[in-house]
Amino acid sequence: MAARHLYVHLPFCSSRCGYCDFVTVVGRRAEHGGYVEALLRELELERTLLADPLESVYLGGGTPTLTERGALEHLLDALPPATEVTVEANPETVTPGLASLLAGRATRVSLGAQTFSPALLETLGRVASPDDVRAAVYALRDAGIDNISLDLIYGIPGQEPADLARDLAEAVALEPEHISAYELEAKPGTRFTHAHGAELERQADSMESYFERVVETLTSAGFRWYETANFCRSPELVGGRDLRAGHNLGYWLGRDYLGLGVGAVSTIESRRWRNTPSLARYVSSLAGRKRPPREVEELSRDVRVTERVMLGLRLDEPLPLAPLEHALDPVELERFAKLGLVELGVVPDRRAEGGDPGTLTLTRRGRFVGGGLTARLLA
Amino acid sequence: MLRISAKTGEGVEAVLDAIVERIPAPAGDPDAPPRALIFDSSYDQYRGVVAFVRVVDGVFTPREQLRAMALGTRFEAQEIGFMSPAMRPVQELRAGEVGYVITGLKDVSELRVGDTLTGEKRSAAAAVPGYKDVKPMVFAGLFPTESDDYPELRDALEKLKLNDAALFYEPETSQALGFGFRCGFLGLLHMEIVRERLEREFDLDLIVTAPNVAYRVKPMNGEWVEVHTPADLPDAFDEVEEPYIKASIIVPKEYVGTVMELNNDRRGRFDHLEYLSEQRVHLTYEMPLGEIVLDYYDQLKSRTRGYASFDYDISGFRPGDLARVDILVGGESVDALSLIVHRDFAFERGKALVEKLREEIPRQMFDVAIQAAIGARIIARETVKARRKDVLAKCYGGDISRKRKLLEKQKAGKKRMKQVGGVEVPQEAFLAVLNLNETAKR
Repeated sequence: MAARHLYVHLPFCSSRCGYCDFVTVVGRRAEHGGYVEALLRELELERTLLADPLESVYLGGGTPTLTERGALEHLLDALPPATEVTVEANPETVTPGLASLLAGRATRVSLGAQTFSPALLETLGRVASPDDVRAAVYALRDAGIDNISLDLIYGIPGQEPADLARDLAEAVALEPEHISAYELEAKPGTRFTHAHGAELERQADSMESYFERVVETLTSAGFRWYETANFCRSPELVGGRDLRAGHNLGYWLGRDYLGLGVGAVSTIESRRWRNTPSLARYVSSLAGRKRPPREVEELSRDVRVTERVMLGLRLDEPLPLAPLEHALDPVELERFAKLGLVELGVVPDRRAEGGDPGTLTLTRRGRFVGGGLTARLLA
Repeated sequence: MLRISAKTGEGVEAVLDAIVERIPAPAGDPDAPPRALIFDSSYDQYRGVVAFVRVVDGVFTPREQLRAMALGTRFEAQEIGFMSPAMRPVQELRAGEVGYVITGLKDVSELRVGDTLTGEKRSAAAAVPGYKDVKPMVFAGLFPTESDDYPELRDALEKLKLNDAALFYEPETSQALGFGFRCGFLGLLHMEIVRERLEREFDLDLIVTAPNVAYRVKPMNGEWVEVHTPADLPDAFDEVEEPYIKASIIVPKEYVGTVMELNNDRRGRFDHLEYLSEQRVHLTYEMPLGEIVLDYYDQLKSRTRGYASFDYDISGFRPGDLARVDILVGGESVDALSLIVHRDFAFERGKALVEKLREEIPRQMFDVAIQAAIGARIIARETVKARRKDVLAKCYGGDISRKRKLLEKQKAGKKRMKQVGGVEVPQEAFLAVLNLNETAKR
């Protein structure tokens, strides 16, 4: 089956954030145009893998909005149409000009706000100021973008509970349609982990209350906690609009996706591959109309089931058990149900014998420990 | 006075002559049916069980059909000889001589130290008296860290038993630790040596449970039985007895007070105090063996800055006011953590143990009650509060594989834990009871 979700990686950044482990490239403006050409060539080579029409296109990075204006415009115009087109943006890059470029071409903009505290922004090594975030939101609104997501990070070394409360309040005040709130991860090998790893470990216990505060604050402000780290305005408050991130939802529902660009990952049926992280090798391969070097991972049935459970249980919607049942420990399922951590839904028209086993949903309490639950259910 | 040097070997011959001169020749009848006492044995991968024997009567020759009198095992002596010190085959071993017999037996349990070898055709009427059966007094569970190693542990114990008649073992199943063996030892040093040999000579990774002593119990209207595992002590019984020791401690006089205090804490009954010199004092106490098996020696050493020396002899069983304290994790009793203690200490020990366990058991996805109970009565309780957060921060298309690998690592980590009533208990927790006295006393 063809992929309905397309990811496009734009690696360019003005500087590298210490905590980031994505494939990024600083500077090299002269290469932006060539890179976009390479992207479009890769798209040509893989077009047969894509459904028509697409459900979602996602331009991630890097800082996609830092890509040289002409090249970005060319790319957006050349990509196949999709119901949802999201572009990731760093606040300091969002000028009225950029906003109007995006307005006709993207349906959704994801802004990396991270925090509204200047000191903590500095710890993260972010360029934007809190004012840049606000200005970016206003510019996007003025240009007519009606689906804005803000990224927040909590657990930044030195962040007090009051800082988090203020970040949440500031974010809510900007009335975004969507908020992603991540705990800062010490990713192995990053500069940040080297500098702050010990501090992150020390504060691990207090992150419990931070996570609770995030969920509490956002759900009481009218957001739906639809994924472990993602919130969208509740449909009943926005005339029934489903404001979940359609592209990411594809990942969490275990759908196939094609990724274009350096370091981009694709998963189609039982095969996953990652393009070379080397910009030079990526561009030169495609200049010769050849696929870039790739690291391929074959996904066994067990692995796919594991991933389906791992991803599906991040969502607030019931996970159908039919294809997964044998992978889950029935004793643990029953135990967690008794403890009020999971709910087992039985499909109403369940046929007598060998019928549909129903669904599995984590309760609110269960979702706070969803990772641990998943590990035990799959053990 | 003989002048010899063990280093250069000078004068050694004179020693040998002196031995011949002064020690009477073994009395034995070279013409009687052959009889030999097995005093040690070993296992050779190629030649099977090798018995080391002292010939009491008669003559042994190679290729002779032999029989072990107590076990009834029959075999042909494949080779006999002297140890000098390497094996030197000979054509006969005569009364009064000491040597080896290669039996060819492949199963180490077919021959036992203390048994008597005799000829199959010309059999001796009675076995050599052999050795007094020593009764193990200290018991501990030995479990392989990896449950797959159980057969290796069994083979290793069989081989150790070959030349360690005092080692006792029987299979034990713990719901928490899986399959292992309950082993009996003469004392603490013996236990330490066996553990050390198993780990070093047989390369095994072991969990050794807290040691306990042998108890004699008379169940309600029943016969006296010996109990080697706390979990086996019945809830209700008429009487229970525990082994006592005569403890002998030599210590500089300034530490007499602190040693007496320690011994009183351990239910010791003062017996005797004697000045060996102006500085050194010899103390003797009657103490329950159960009070010294855990950490008594460490405590004695640390309280006397290492100056105390300690020795003991088993002096017999005495009645005791003892009770079994069970530990419940998440409402389920954990057999490997039960302990038998004097009623006066039950609360204190139970409390210390649940406190210790609260530190050892990681937070789970739900509250976990840790309780100490005597019968149905809960005497102490602690709670491990539930985790409030256990999630991976973010997960998108680019790092699903990495996140899945994290999850698999988490799963593997959980497999190494023991599940009790849905609670994951790390193996370290089972050793908590080992450090208990120290915690309780401070």
